[in-house]
Amino acid sequence: MEEDKKTNRRDFIFSASYALGAVGVGAAVWPLIDQMNPDASVKALASTEVDVSGVEKGQSITVLWRGKPVFIRRRTEEEIAKAKDVKLEDLPHPETDEERAKNPEWLVMLGVCTHLGCVPLGDKGEYGGWFCPCHGSHYDTSGRIRKGPAPTNMEVPKYEFVNANTIKIG
Amino acid sequence: MSDHEYTPKSKLGKWFNDRLPLLTLSNHLQEYPTPKNLNYWWTFGGILTFCLITQIITGLILAMHYIASADLAFGSVEHIMRDVNYGWLIRYVHANGASMFFLAVYIHIFRSLYYGSYKSPREVIWIIGMIIYFLMMATAFMGYVLPWGQMSFWGATVITNLFSAIPLVGESITNWLWGGYAVDNPTLIRFYSLHYLFPFLIFGLVILHIWALHVPGNNNPIGIDIKKPSKDTVPFHPYIVVKDLFALLIFLIVFAFFVFYSPNILGHADNYIEANPLVTPAHIVPEWYLLPFYAILRSIPDKLFGVIAMFAAIFVLVILPWLDTSKVRSAIFRPLYKQFYWFLVADVLILGYVGAMPAEGLYLLVARVATAYYFLHFLVILPVLGAKEKTLDVPLSLTEPVFGGSPNEAMLKKKKEI
Repeated sequence: MEEDKKTNRRDFIFSASYALGAVGVGAAVWPLIDQMNPDASVKALASTEVDVSGVEKGQSITVLWRGKPVFIRRRTEEEIAKAKDVKLEDLPHPETDEERAKNPEWLVMLGVCTHLGCVPLGDKGEYGGWFCPCHGSHYDTSGRIRKGPAPTNMEVPKYEFVNANTIKIG
Repeated sequence: MSDHEYTPKSKLGKWFNDRLPLLTLSNHLQEYPTPKNLNYWWTFGGILTFCLITQIITGLILAMHYIASADLAFGSVEHIMRDVNYGWLIRYVHANGASMFFLAVYIHIFRSLYYGSYKSPREVIWIIGMIIYFLMMATAFMGYVLPWGQMSFWGATVITNLFSAIPLVGESITNWLWGGYAVDNPTLIRFYSLHYLFPFLIFGLVILHIWALHVPGNNNPIGIDIKKPSKDTVPFHPYIVVKDLFALLIFLIVFAFFVFYSPNILGHADNYIEANPLVTPAHIVPEWYLLPFYAILRSIPDKLFGVIAMFAAIFVLVILPWLDTSKVRSAIFRPLYKQFYWFLVADVLILGYVGAMPAEGLYLLVARVATAYYFLHFLVILPVLGAKEKTLDVPLSLTEPVFGGSPNEAMLKKKKEI
Protein backbone atom coordinates (compact mmCIF):
# COMPACT_ATOMS: atom_id res chain seq x y z
CA MET A 1 0.00 0.00 0.00
CA GLU A 2 1.29 3.39 -0.95
CA GLU A 3 1.08 5.98 1.79
CA ASP A 4 0.20 8.90 -0.48
CA LYS A 5 -2.68 7.24 -2.31
CA LYS A 6 -5.57 9.72 -2.45
CA THR A 7 -8.46 7.32 -2.11
CA ASN A 8 -8.18 4.14 -0.14
CA ARG A 9 -10.42 1.16 0.37
CA ARG A 10 -12.25 2.78 3.28
CA ASP A 11 -13.25 5.83 1.18
CA PHE A 12 -14.63 3.49 -1.43
CA ILE A 13 -16.66 1.56 1.14
CA PHE A 14 -18.04 4.82 2.56
CA SER A 15 -19.07 6.11 -0.87
CA ALA A 16 -20.61 2.79 -1.86
CA SER A 17 -22.56 2.60 1.43
CA TYR A 18 -23.88 6.15 1.11
CA ALA A 19 -24.85 5.55 -2.54
CA LEU A 20 -26.70 2.34 -1.69
CA GLY A 21 -28.33 4.04 1.29
CA ALA A 22 -29.51 6.90 -0.93
CA VAL A 23 -31.03 4.45 -3.43
CA GLY A 24 -32.80 2.60 -0.61
CA VAL A 25 -34.19 5.77 0.97
CA GLY A 26 -35.28 7.02 -2.46
CA ALA A 27 -37.10 3.77 -3.19
CA ALA A 28 -38.83 3.95 0.20
CA VAL A 29 -39.83 7.60 -0.19
CA TRP A 30 -41.21 7.35 -3.75
CA PRO A 31 -44.47 5.54 -2.74
CA LEU A 32 -45.04 8.25 -0.11
CA ILE A 33 -44.95 10.89 -2.85
CA ASP A 34 -46.66 8.98 -5.65
CA GLN A 35 -49.72 8.27 -3.46
CA MET A 36 -50.80 11.89 -4.02
CA ASN A 37 -50.95 11.46 -7.83
CA PRO A 38 -54.34 10.71 -9.49
CA ASP A 39 -55.34 7.21 -8.39
CA ALA A 40 -56.81 4.36 -10.41
CA SER A 41 -60.41 5.39 -9.65
CA VAL A 42 -59.73 8.92 -10.95
CA LYS A 43 -57.95 7.68 -14.06
CA ALA A 44 -60.90 5.37 -14.77
CA LEU A 45 -63.06 8.47 -15.33
CA ALA A 46 -60.78 9.72 -18.11
CA SER A 47 -63.47 9.81 -20.84
CA THR A 48 -67.07 11.03 -20.97
CA GLU A 49 -69.75 10.52 -23.63
CA VAL A 50 -72.17 13.39 -24.25
CA ASP A 51 -75.52 13.29 -26.08
CA VAL A 52 -75.76 16.51 -28.12
CA SER A 53 -78.98 15.74 -30.05
CA GLY A 54 -80.92 18.43 -28.13
CA VAL A 55 -78.51 21.30 -28.86
CA GLU A 56 -79.88 23.82 -31.40
CA LYS A 57 -77.80 26.19 -33.48
CA GLY A 58 -76.52 29.08 -31.38
CA GLN A 59 -76.81 27.10 -28.13
CA SER A 60 -74.04 25.80 -25.87
CA ILE A 61 -73.99 23.19 -23.20
CA THR A 62 -71.41 22.71 -20.47
CA VAL A 63 -70.44 19.23 -19.32
CA LEU A 64 -68.04 18.04 -16.64
CA TRP A 65 -64.99 16.06 -17.75
CA ARG A 66 -62.19 15.17 -15.29
CA GLY A 67 -63.64 17.71 -12.89
CA LYS A 68 -63.42 20.55 -15.41
CA PRO A 69 -66.17 22.22 -17.50
CA VAL A 70 -66.18 21.50 -21.24
CA PHE A 71 -68.06 23.93 -23.53
CA ILE A 72 -69.86 22.31 -26.45
CA ARG A 73 -71.25 25.01 -28.78
CA ARG A 74 -73.27 24.46 -31.94
CA ARG A 75 -72.19 27.58 -33.82
CA THR A 76 -74.33 29.65 -36.24
CA GLU A 77 -73.18 30.28 -39.84
CA GLU A 78 -72.42 33.86 -38.82
CA GLU A 79 -70.16 32.80 -35.92
CA ILE A 80 -68.28 30.34 -38.13
CA ALA A 81 -67.77 32.99 -40.82
CA LYS A 82 -66.54 35.46 -38.19
CA ALA A 83 -64.07 32.92 -36.82
CA LYS A 84 -62.73 32.06 -40.27
CA ASP A 85 -62.39 35.70 -41.28
CA VAL A 86 -59.72 36.55 -38.72
CA LYS A 87 -56.15 37.01 -40.00
CA LEU A 88 -53.59 34.85 -38.18
CA GLU A 89 -51.36 37.93 -37.64
CA ASP A 90 -54.05 39.44 -35.41
CA LEU A 91 -53.97 36.50 -33.00
CA PRO A 92 -51.75 36.39 -29.89
CA HIS A 93 -51.84 32.57 -30.16
CA PRO A 94 -52.20 31.84 -33.89
CA GLU A 95 -54.48 28.90 -34.66
CA THR A 96 -56.89 28.59 -37.58
CA ASP A 97 -60.54 27.83 -36.91
CA GLU A 98 -60.17 24.60 -38.94
CA GLU A 99 -57.51 23.40 -36.53
CA ARG A 100 -59.81 24.02 -33.59
CA ALA A 101 -63.14 22.76 -34.90
CA LYS A 102 -62.91 19.63 -37.07
CA ASN A 103 -66.62 19.90 -37.80
CA PRO A 104 -67.11 23.69 -38.09
CA GLU A 105 -70.60 23.51 -36.64
CA TRP A 106 -69.33 22.11 -33.35
CA LEU A 107 -66.79 23.80 -31.13
CA VAL A 108 -65.62 21.64 -28.21
CA MET A 109 -63.15 23.12 -25.76
CA LEU A 110 -62.20 23.23 -22.08
CA GLY A 111 -64.18 26.06 -20.48
CA VAL A 112 -61.18 27.11 -18.47
CA CYS A 113 -59.53 30.51 -18.91
CA THR A 114 -55.82 29.99 -19.63
CA HIS A 115 -54.95 32.89 -17.34
CA LEU A 116 -55.72 31.53 -13.86
CA GLY A 117 -58.40 28.91 -14.37
CA CYS A 118 -61.75 30.72 -14.03
CA VAL A 119 -64.75 29.73 -16.18
CA PRO A 120 -65.41 32.38 -18.93
CA LEU A 121 -68.97 33.60 -19.63
CA GLY A 122 -70.56 32.79 -23.02
CA ASP A 123 -71.95 35.32 -25.58
CA LYS A 124 -69.94 38.08 -23.96
CA GLY A 125 -66.87 40.16 -24.68
CA GLU A 126 -65.72 42.42 -27.50
CA TYR A 127 -65.32 39.56 -29.99
CA GLY A 128 -68.74 37.91 -29.57
CA GLY A 129 -67.30 34.79 -28.00
CA TRP A 130 -66.40 34.42 -24.34
CA PHE A 131 -65.35 36.82 -21.62
CA CYS A 132 -63.60 35.89 -18.40
CA PRO A 133 -64.94 37.98 -15.51
CA CYS A 134 -61.96 37.32 -13.25
CA HIS A 135 -59.31 39.39 -15.02
CA GLY A 136 -60.96 40.49 -18.28
CA SER A 137 -59.78 38.12 -21.03
CA HIS A 138 -61.76 38.30 -24.30
CA TYR A 139 -62.13 35.19 -26.48
CA ASP A 140 -63.58 35.07 -30.02
CA THR A 141 -66.18 32.71 -31.51
CA SER A 142 -63.46 30.07 -31.91
CA GLY A 143 -62.39 30.36 -28.27
CA ARG A 144 -59.15 32.11 -29.20
CA ILE A 145 -57.67 34.74 -26.93
CA ARG A 146 -57.92 38.23 -28.46
CA LYS A 147 -57.46 40.67 -25.63
CA GLY A 148 -56.53 40.50 -21.94
CA PRO A 149 -54.00 38.69 -19.75
CA ALA A 150 -54.64 35.07 -20.80
CA PRO A 151 -51.59 33.70 -22.68
CA THR A 152 -53.17 31.07 -24.95
CA ASN A 153 -56.44 30.03 -26.59
CA MET A 154 -58.84 27.88 -24.62
CA GLU A 155 -57.66 24.27 -24.90
CA VAL A 156 -59.37 21.85 -27.28
CA PRO A 157 -59.44 18.39 -25.65
CA LYS A 158 -59.14 15.12 -27.51
CA TYR A 159 -62.69 14.21 -28.66
CA GLU A 160 -64.53 12.36 -31.40
CA PHE A 161 -68.05 11.93 -32.76
CA VAL A 162 -69.06 8.38 -31.87
CA ASN A 163 -72.19 8.94 -34.05
CA ALA A 164 -74.05 12.00 -35.31
CA ASN A 165 -75.50 12.74 -31.86
CA THR A 166 -72.79 11.62 -29.43
CA ILE A 167 -69.43 13.18 -28.63
CA LYS A 168 -66.84 11.20 -26.66
CA ILE A 169 -64.45 13.48 -24.78
CA GLY A 170 -61.08 12.07 -23.67
CA MET B 1 -27.84 18.77 30.29
CA SER B 2 -24.43 19.25 28.72
CA ASP B 3 -21.37 18.23 30.66
CA HIS B 4 -19.20 20.95 29.15
CA GLU B 5 -19.56 24.37 27.56
CA TYR B 6 -19.90 24.33 23.79
CA THR B 7 -19.16 27.23 21.43
CA PRO B 8 -19.89 26.95 17.70
CA LYS B 9 -16.90 27.56 15.45
CA SER B 10 -18.55 29.83 12.86
CA LYS B 11 -19.62 33.40 13.65
CA LEU B 12 -23.15 32.80 12.31
CA GLY B 13 -23.40 29.60 14.34
CA LYS B 14 -22.41 31.48 17.48
CA TRP B 15 -24.89 34.30 16.73
CA PHE B 16 -27.71 31.80 16.26
CA ASN B 17 -26.70 29.58 19.18
CA ASP B 18 -26.69 32.55 21.58
CA ARG B 19 -30.33 33.15 20.64
CA LEU B 20 -31.51 29.53 20.38
CA PRO B 21 -29.01 26.91 21.59
CA LEU B 22 -29.94 24.27 19.04
CA LEU B 23 -26.29 23.69 18.19
CA THR B 24 -25.52 23.08 21.86
CA LEU B 25 -28.30 20.48 21.86
CA SER B 26 -26.97 18.85 18.71
CA ASN B 27 -23.47 18.82 20.17
CA HIS B 28 -24.82 17.28 23.37
CA LEU B 29 -26.52 14.52 21.37
CA GLN B 30 -23.30 13.75 19.51
CA GLU B 31 -20.94 13.82 22.47
CA TYR B 32 -23.42 12.26 24.94
CA PRO B 33 -21.23 9.79 26.87
CA THR B 34 -22.66 6.29 26.57
CA PRO B 35 -21.54 3.19 28.48
CA LYS B 36 -19.29 1.25 26.15
CA ASN B 37 -20.73 -2.12 27.12
CA LEU B 38 -24.26 -1.52 25.80
CA ASN B 39 -25.45 -4.65 24.00
CA TYR B 40 -27.99 -5.03 21.19
CA TRP B 41 -30.93 -5.00 23.62
CA TRP B 42 -30.15 -1.29 24.00
CA THR B 43 -30.78 -0.58 20.31
CA PHE B 44 -34.55 -0.79 20.67
CA GLY B 45 -34.90 2.84 21.78
CA GLY B 46 -33.72 3.94 18.35
CA ILE B 47 -35.86 1.28 16.66
CA LEU B 48 -38.91 2.52 18.57
CA THR B 49 -38.27 6.11 17.48
CA PHE B 50 -38.15 4.85 13.91
CA CYS B 51 -41.44 2.95 14.44
CA LEU B 52 -43.19 6.03 15.83
CA ILE B 53 -42.07 8.24 12.94
CA THR B 54 -43.06 5.56 10.40
CA GLN B 55 -46.52 5.28 11.97
CA ILE B 56 -46.99 9.05 11.96
CA ILE B 57 -45.90 9.46 8.31
CA THR B 58 -47.91 6.52 6.94
CA GLY B 59 -50.83 7.58 9.15
CA LEU B 60 -50.82 11.14 7.79
CA ILE B 61 -50.90 9.66 4.28
CA LEU B 62 -53.74 7.24 5.05
CA ALA B 63 -55.70 10.18 6.50
CA MET B 64 -55.50 11.80 3.04
CA HIS B 65 -57.53 8.92 1.56
CA TYR B 66 -59.58 7.50 4.45
CA ILE B 67 -63.14 8.65 5.20
CA ALA B 68 -64.30 8.53 8.83
CA SER B 69 -67.96 7.63 8.34
CA ALA B 70 -69.83 4.47 9.26
CA ASP B 71 -71.18 4.28 5.69
CA LEU B 72 -67.97 5.04 3.83
CA ALA B 73 -65.05 3.92 6.05
CA PHE B 74 -64.96 0.27 4.97
CA GLY B 75 -65.17 1.21 1.29
CA SER B 76 -62.52 3.91 1.63
CA VAL B 77 -60.07 1.37 3.08
CA GLU B 78 -60.69 -0.90 0.08
CA HIS B 79 -60.24 2.17 -2.13
CA ILE B 80 -56.82 2.68 -0.50
CA MET B 81 -55.95 -0.97 -1.11
CA ARG B 82 -57.03 -1.06 -4.77
CA ASP B 83 -56.97 2.44 -6.27
CA VAL B 84 -54.51 4.70 -4.45
CA ASN B 85 -50.96 4.53 -5.84
CA TYR B 86 -49.00 2.29 -3.44
CA GLY B 87 -51.97 2.51 -1.06
CA TRP B 88 -51.68 -1.22 -0.33
CA LEU B 89 -48.04 -0.73 0.69
CA ILE B 90 -48.71 2.28 2.90
CA ARG B 91 -51.65 0.60 4.64
CA TYR B 92 -49.76 -2.67 5.18
CA VAL B 93 -46.76 -0.76 6.58
CA HIS B 94 -49.10 1.11 8.95
CA ALA B 95 -51.03 -1.99 10.07
CA ASN B 96 -47.97 -4.23 10.47
CA GLY B 97 -46.02 -1.23 11.78
CA ALA B 98 -48.29 -1.24 14.83
CA SER B 99 -47.33 -4.86 15.53
CA MET B 100 -43.64 -4.12 14.95
CA PHE B 101 -43.95 -1.13 17.31
CA PHE B 102 -45.35 -3.38 20.06
CA LEU B 103 -42.79 -6.12 19.38
CA ALA B 104 -40.03 -3.54 19.87
CA VAL B 105 -41.67 -1.97 22.92
CA TYR B 106 -42.05 -5.37 24.64
CA ILE B 107 -38.36 -6.13 24.04
CA HIS B 108 -37.51 -2.62 25.32
CA ILE B 109 -39.62 -3.12 28.48
CA PHE B 110 -38.26 -6.61 29.19
CA ARG B 111 -34.71 -5.33 28.68
CA SER B 112 -35.43 -2.74 31.36
CA LEU B 113 -36.82 -5.47 33.64
CA TYR B 114 -33.73 -7.67 33.18
CA TYR B 115 -31.13 -4.98 33.73
CA GLY B 116 -33.07 -3.02 36.38
CA SER B 117 -33.17 0.15 34.29
CA TYR B 118 -36.32 1.34 36.08
CA LYS B 119 -34.52 1.68 39.42
CA SER B 120 -33.30 4.88 41.06
CA PRO B 121 -32.41 7.37 39.63
CA ARG B 122 -34.39 6.40 36.49
CA GLU B 123 -37.93 6.04 37.92
CA VAL B 124 -39.27 9.04 35.98
CA ILE B 125 -37.95 7.65 32.68
CA TRP B 126 -39.75 4.42 33.49
CA ILE B 127 -43.04 6.08 34.43
CA ILE B 128 -43.05 8.23 31.29
CA GLY B 129 -42.34 5.04 29.35
CA MET B 130 -45.35 3.35 30.95
CA ILE B 131 -47.57 6.32 30.03
CA ILE B 132 -46.29 6.03 26.45
CA TYR B 133 -47.05 2.30 26.50
CA PHE B 134 -50.59 2.93 27.77
CA LEU B 135 -51.20 5.60 25.10
CA MET B 136 -49.81 3.20 22.48
CA MET B 137 -52.40 0.60 23.47
CA ALA B 138 -55.20 3.17 23.32
CA THR B 139 -53.99 4.44 19.94
CA ALA B 140 -53.62 0.95 18.47
CA PHE B 141 -57.09 -0.03 19.71
CA MET B 142 -58.73 3.02 18.15
CA GLY B 143 -56.78 2.54 14.94
CA TYR B 144 -58.08 -1.02 14.71
CA VAL B 145 -61.63 0.33 14.86
CA LEU B 146 -61.20 2.66 11.87
CA PRO B 147 -61.50 0.11 8.99
CA TRP B 148 -65.00 -0.60 10.33
CA GLY B 149 -64.85 -4.34 9.77
CA GLN B 150 -66.51 -6.93 12.02
CA MET B 151 -63.51 -7.14 14.40
CA SER B 152 -63.30 -3.34 14.49
CA PHE B 153 -66.91 -3.00 15.47
CA TRP B 154 -67.08 -5.80 18.01
CA GLY B 155 -63.64 -5.04 19.44
CA ALA B 156 -64.84 -1.48 20.02
CA THR B 157 -68.06 -2.76 21.57
CA VAL B 158 -66.26 -5.10 23.98
CA ILE B 159 -63.55 -2.64 25.05
CA THR B 160 -65.90 0.32 25.53
CA ASN B 161 -68.23 -1.96 27.52
CA LEU B 162 -65.39 -2.41 30.03
CA PHE B 163 -66.35 1.00 31.36
CA SER B 164 -69.93 -0.15 31.98
CA ALA B 165 -68.47 -2.22 34.84
CA ILE B 166 -68.03 0.96 36.88
CA PRO B 167 -70.80 1.03 39.52
CA LEU B 168 -73.59 3.66 39.22
CA VAL B 169 -72.12 5.78 36.40
CA GLY B 170 -71.00 2.94 34.10
CA GLU B 171 -73.87 3.24 31.66
CA SER B 172 -73.64 7.03 31.43
CA ILE B 173 -69.92 6.75 30.73
CA THR B 174 -70.35 4.21 27.91
CA ASN B 175 -73.12 6.32 26.34
CA TRP B 176 -70.81 9.31 26.58
CA LEU B 177 -67.97 7.35 24.93
CA TRP B 178 -70.24 6.15 22.14
CA GLY B 179 -72.19 9.33 21.55
CA GLY B 180 -75.27 7.12 21.43
CA TYR B 181 -76.64 3.86 22.74
CA ALA B 182 -74.23 1.61 20.83
CA VAL B 183 -70.97 1.85 18.88
CA ASP B 184 -71.94 3.81 15.76
CA ASN B 185 -70.98 6.67 13.46
CA PRO B 186 -70.27 9.22 16.26
CA THR B 187 -67.98 6.66 17.96
CA LEU B 188 -66.05 6.09 14.74
CA ILE B 189 -65.50 9.79 14.11
CA ARG B 190 -64.28 10.55 17.65
CA PHE B 191 -61.97 7.51 17.58
CA TYR B 192 -60.54 8.85 14.32
CA SER B 193 -59.95 12.26 15.86
CA LEU B 194 -58.22 10.77 18.92
CA HIS B 195 -56.27 8.24 16.86
CA TYR B 196 -54.86 11.24 15.00
CA LEU B 197 -54.08 13.17 18.20
CA PHE B 198 -52.48 10.50 20.40
CA PRO B 199 -49.33 9.82 18.30
CA PHE B 200 -48.37 13.47 18.73
CA LEU B 201 -48.85 13.17 22.50
CA ILE B 202 -46.64 10.08 22.37
CA PHE B 203 -44.08 12.04 20.36
CA GLY B 204 -43.99 14.73 23.04
CA LEU B 205 -43.64 12.12 25.78
CA VAL B 206 -40.81 10.45 23.84
CA ILE B 207 -38.91 13.75 23.96
CA LEU B 208 -39.47 13.89 27.75
CA HIS B 209 -38.45 10.21 27.99
CA ILE B 210 -35.13 10.94 26.25
CA TRP B 211 -34.64 14.16 28.20
CA ALA B 212 -35.14 12.29 31.47
CA LEU B 213 -32.73 9.61 30.21
CA HIS B 214 -30.03 12.15 29.46
CA VAL B 215 -30.00 13.44 33.05
CA PRO B 216 -28.55 10.31 34.71
CA GLY B 217 -27.39 8.74 31.40
CA ASN B 218 -27.94 5.19 30.18
CA ASN B 219 -28.04 2.20 32.47
CA ASN B 220 -25.84 -0.64 31.18
CA PRO B 221 -25.71 -4.46 31.29
CA ILE B 222 -23.57 -4.41 34.43
CA GLY B 223 -26.06 -2.04 36.01
CA ILE B 224 -23.52 0.11 37.87
CA ASP B 225 -23.15 3.88 37.98
CA ILE B 226 -20.26 4.97 35.80
CA LYS B 227 -18.05 8.04 35.63
CA LYS B 228 -18.85 10.22 32.58
CA PRO B 229 -16.99 10.78 30.41
CA SER B 230 -14.31 8.19 31.23
CA LYS B 231 -12.69 5.05 29.92
CA ASP B 232 -16.09 3.43 30.55
CA THR B 233 -17.91 5.58 27.97
CA VAL B 234 -17.92 6.26 24.23
CA PRO B 235 -19.52 9.28 22.49
CA PHE B 236 -23.02 8.60 21.16
CA HIS B 237 -21.90 9.57 17.67
CA PRO B 238 -20.60 7.65 15.78
CA TYR B 239 -20.40 4.58 18.04
CA ILE B 240 -24.00 4.15 19.17
CA VAL B 241 -25.48 5.73 16.03
CA VAL B 242 -23.84 3.13 13.79
CA LYS B 243 -24.75 0.27 16.11
CA ASP B 244 -28.39 1.47 16.29
CA LEU B 245 -28.55 1.80 12.50
CA PHE B 246 -27.23 -1.73 12.01
CA ALA B 247 -29.80 -3.09 14.47
CA LEU B 248 -32.51 -1.08 12.70
CA LEU B 249 -31.52 -2.66 9.39
CA ILE B 250 -31.95 -6.17 10.85
CA PHE B 251 -35.27 -5.10 12.37
CA LEU B 252 -36.40 -3.78 8.97
CA ILE B 253 -35.80 -7.19 7.42
CA VAL B 254 -38.32 -8.69 9.87
CA PHE B 255 -40.67 -5.75 9.26
CA ALA B 256 -40.40 -6.18 5.46
CA PHE B 257 -41.05 -9.91 5.77
CA PHE B 258 -44.44 -9.23 7.34
CA VAL B 259 -45.33 -6.37 4.97
CA PHE B 260 -44.41 -8.17 1.76
CA TYR B 261 -44.87 -11.87 2.50
CA SER B 262 -47.61 -12.20 5.12
CA PRO B 263 -49.27 -8.81 5.56
CA ASN B 264 -52.47 -10.24 7.02
CA ILE B 265 -51.07 -12.95 9.27
CA LEU B 266 -51.24 -10.73 12.37
CA GLY B 267 -54.73 -9.50 11.54
CA HIS B 268 -58.05 -11.31 11.60
CA ALA B 269 -59.95 -12.43 8.48
CA ASP B 270 -63.26 -11.24 9.96
CA ASN B 271 -62.10 -7.65 9.64
CA TYR B 272 -62.53 -7.94 5.87
CA ILE B 273 -66.28 -8.26 6.49
CA GLU B 274 -68.02 -4.90 6.88
CA ALA B 275 -69.27 -4.06 10.39
CA ASN B 276 -72.71 -5.49 11.10
CA PRO B 277 -74.35 -4.45 14.39
CA LEU B 278 -76.71 -7.46 14.19
CA VAL B 279 -74.15 -10.28 14.01
CA THR B 280 -71.25 -10.90 16.41
CA PRO B 281 -68.36 -13.01 15.02
CA ALA B 282 -68.05 -16.46 16.66
CA HIS B 283 -64.72 -15.69 18.35
CA ILE B 284 -63.67 -12.16 19.34
CA VAL B 285 -59.95 -11.65 19.88
CA PRO B 286 -57.98 -8.43 20.21
CA GLU B 287 -54.68 -7.86 18.39
CA TRP B 288 -51.87 -10.08 19.67
CA TYR B 289 -50.16 -7.35 21.68
CA LEU B 290 -53.21 -6.93 23.94
CA LEU B 291 -53.79 -10.65 24.53
CA PRO B 292 -52.08 -11.00 27.97
CA PHE B 293 -54.29 -8.26 29.41
CA TYR B 294 -57.32 -9.77 27.69
CA ALA B 295 -56.51 -13.10 29.37
CA ILE B 296 -56.33 -11.40 32.77
CA LEU B 297 -59.69 -9.71 32.14
CA ARG B 298 -61.38 -12.97 31.26
CA SER B 299 -59.81 -15.01 34.05
CA ILE B 300 -61.78 -13.15 36.75
CA PRO B 301 -65.40 -14.37 36.95
CA ASP B 302 -66.72 -10.94 37.92
CA LYS B 303 -67.30 -8.03 35.55
CA LEU B 304 -66.04 -5.23 37.80
CA PHE B 305 -63.09 -7.14 39.29
CA GLY B 306 -62.05 -8.40 35.87
CA VAL B 307 -61.73 -4.83 34.64
CA ILE B 308 -59.94 -3.78 37.84
CA ALA B 309 -57.47 -6.69 37.49
CA MET B 310 -56.72 -5.76 33.89
CA PHE B 311 -55.95 -2.13 34.70
CA ALA B 312 -54.07 -3.20 37.85
CA ALA B 313 -51.82 -5.39 35.67
CA ILE B 314 -50.64 -2.21 33.95
CA PHE B 315 -50.58 -0.06 37.09
CA VAL B 316 -48.41 -2.57 38.94
CA LEU B 317 -45.74 -1.87 36.33
CA VAL B 318 -45.93 1.87 37.03
CA ILE B 319 -45.07 1.38 40.72
CA LEU B 320 -42.43 -1.27 39.94
CA PRO B 321 -39.46 0.95 40.97
CA TRP B 322 -40.81 0.85 44.53
CA LEU B 323 -41.81 -2.83 44.52
CA ASP B 324 -38.33 -4.03 43.56
CA THR B 325 -36.32 -3.04 46.61
CA SER B 326 -33.03 -4.68 45.63
CA LYS B 327 -30.12 -2.24 45.46
CA VAL B 328 -28.43 -4.22 42.68
CA ARG B 329 -29.81 -3.35 39.25
CA SER B 330 -28.66 -5.97 36.76
CA ALA B 331 -30.01 -9.53 36.84
CA ILE B 332 -26.43 -10.63 36.06
CA PHE B 333 -25.62 -10.19 39.77
CA ARG B 334 -28.99 -11.45 41.06
CA PRO B 335 -29.04 -15.26 40.69
CA LEU B 336 -32.57 -15.69 42.07
CA TYR B 337 -34.12 -12.70 40.33
CA LYS B 338 -32.68 -13.97 37.04
CA GLN B 339 -34.72 -17.16 37.38
CA PHE B 340 -37.90 -15.36 38.41
CA TYR B 341 -37.40 -12.99 35.49
CA TRP B 342 -37.62 -15.89 33.05
CA PHE B 343 -40.64 -17.28 34.92
CA LEU B 344 -42.31 -13.91 34.36
CA VAL B 345 -41.43 -13.94 30.64
CA ALA B 346 -42.94 -17.44 30.35
CA ASP B 347 -45.97 -16.34 32.39
CA VAL B 348 -46.71 -13.39 30.08
CA LEU B 349 -46.28 -15.58 26.98
CA ILE B 350 -48.70 -18.14 28.48
CA LEU B 351 -51.19 -15.36 29.24
CA GLY B 352 -50.89 -14.22 25.63
CA TYR B 353 -51.53 -17.74 24.38
CA VAL B 354 -54.58 -18.44 26.53
CA GLY B 355 -55.87 -14.95 25.70
CA ALA B 356 -56.16 -16.09 22.09
CA MET B 357 -57.98 -19.30 23.07
CA PRO B 358 -61.63 -19.69 24.09
CA ALA B 359 -62.20 -18.88 27.78
CA GLU B 360 -63.26 -22.36 28.87
CA GLY B 361 -62.00 -25.60 30.47
CA LEU B 362 -58.25 -25.99 30.80
CA TYR B 363 -57.51 -22.65 29.11
CA LEU B 364 -59.48 -20.82 31.76
CA LEU B 365 -57.69 -22.68 34.56
CA VAL B 366 -54.27 -21.90 33.07
CA ALA B 367 -55.27 -18.26 32.62
CA ARG B 368 -56.25 -18.04 36.29
CA VAL B 369 -53.00 -19.57 37.54
CA ALA B 370 -50.95 -17.34 35.21
CA THR B 371 -52.87 -14.22 36.30
CA ALA B 372 -52.26 -15.07 39.95
CA TYR B 373 -48.56 -15.63 39.28
CA TYR B 374 -48.28 -12.31 37.39
CA PHE B 375 -49.41 -10.36 40.45
CA LEU B 376 -47.46 -12.65 42.79
CA HIS B 377 -44.25 -11.78 40.92
CA PHE B 378 -44.63 -8.04 41.35
CA LEU B 379 -46.38 -7.81 44.70
CA VAL B 380 -44.69 -10.63 46.69
CA ILE B 381 -41.62 -12.10 44.99
CA LEU B 382 -39.90 -8.80 44.13
CA PRO B 383 -40.21 -7.20 47.62
CA VAL B 384 -39.11 -10.47 49.29
CA LEU B 385 -36.14 -10.89 46.93
CA GLY B 386 -35.05 -7.32 47.69
CA ALA B 387 -34.68 -8.27 51.32
CA LYS B 388 -33.55 -11.91 51.14
CA GLU B 389 -31.56 -12.40 47.92
CA LYS B 390 -27.79 -12.88 48.23
CA THR B 391 -26.39 -10.92 45.30
CA LEU B 392 -23.05 -11.45 43.59
CA ASP B 393 -20.11 -9.05 43.79
CA VAL B 394 -20.63 -5.95 41.64
CA PRO B 395 -17.53 -4.45 39.92
CA LEU B 396 -16.54 -0.84 40.65
CA SER B 397 -16.35 0.15 36.99
CA LEU B 398 -16.79 -1.43 33.58
CA THR B 399 -13.02 -1.70 33.08
CA GLU B 400 -12.15 -2.52 36.71
CA PRO B 401 -12.39 -6.33 36.40
CA VAL B 402 -9.90 -6.18 33.49
CA PHE B 403 -7.63 -3.20 34.07
CA GLY B 404 -8.60 -2.04 37.54
CA GLY B 405 -9.22 1.33 35.88
CA SER B 406 -11.74 4.19 36.27
CA PRO B 407 -13.11 3.24 39.69
CA ASN B 408 -16.17 5.32 40.48
CA GLU B 409 -16.08 6.69 44.01
CA ALA B 410 -19.83 6.93 44.21
CA MET B 411 -19.99 3.24 43.35
CA LEU B 412 -17.40 2.40 46.02
CA LYS B 413 -19.56 4.09 48.63
CA LYS B 414 -22.69 2.42 47.36
CA LYS B 415 -20.97 -0.96 47.40
CA LYS B 416 -20.19 -0.61 51.09
CA GLU B 417 -23.87 0.00 51.72
CA ILE B 418 -24.79 -3.17 49.86
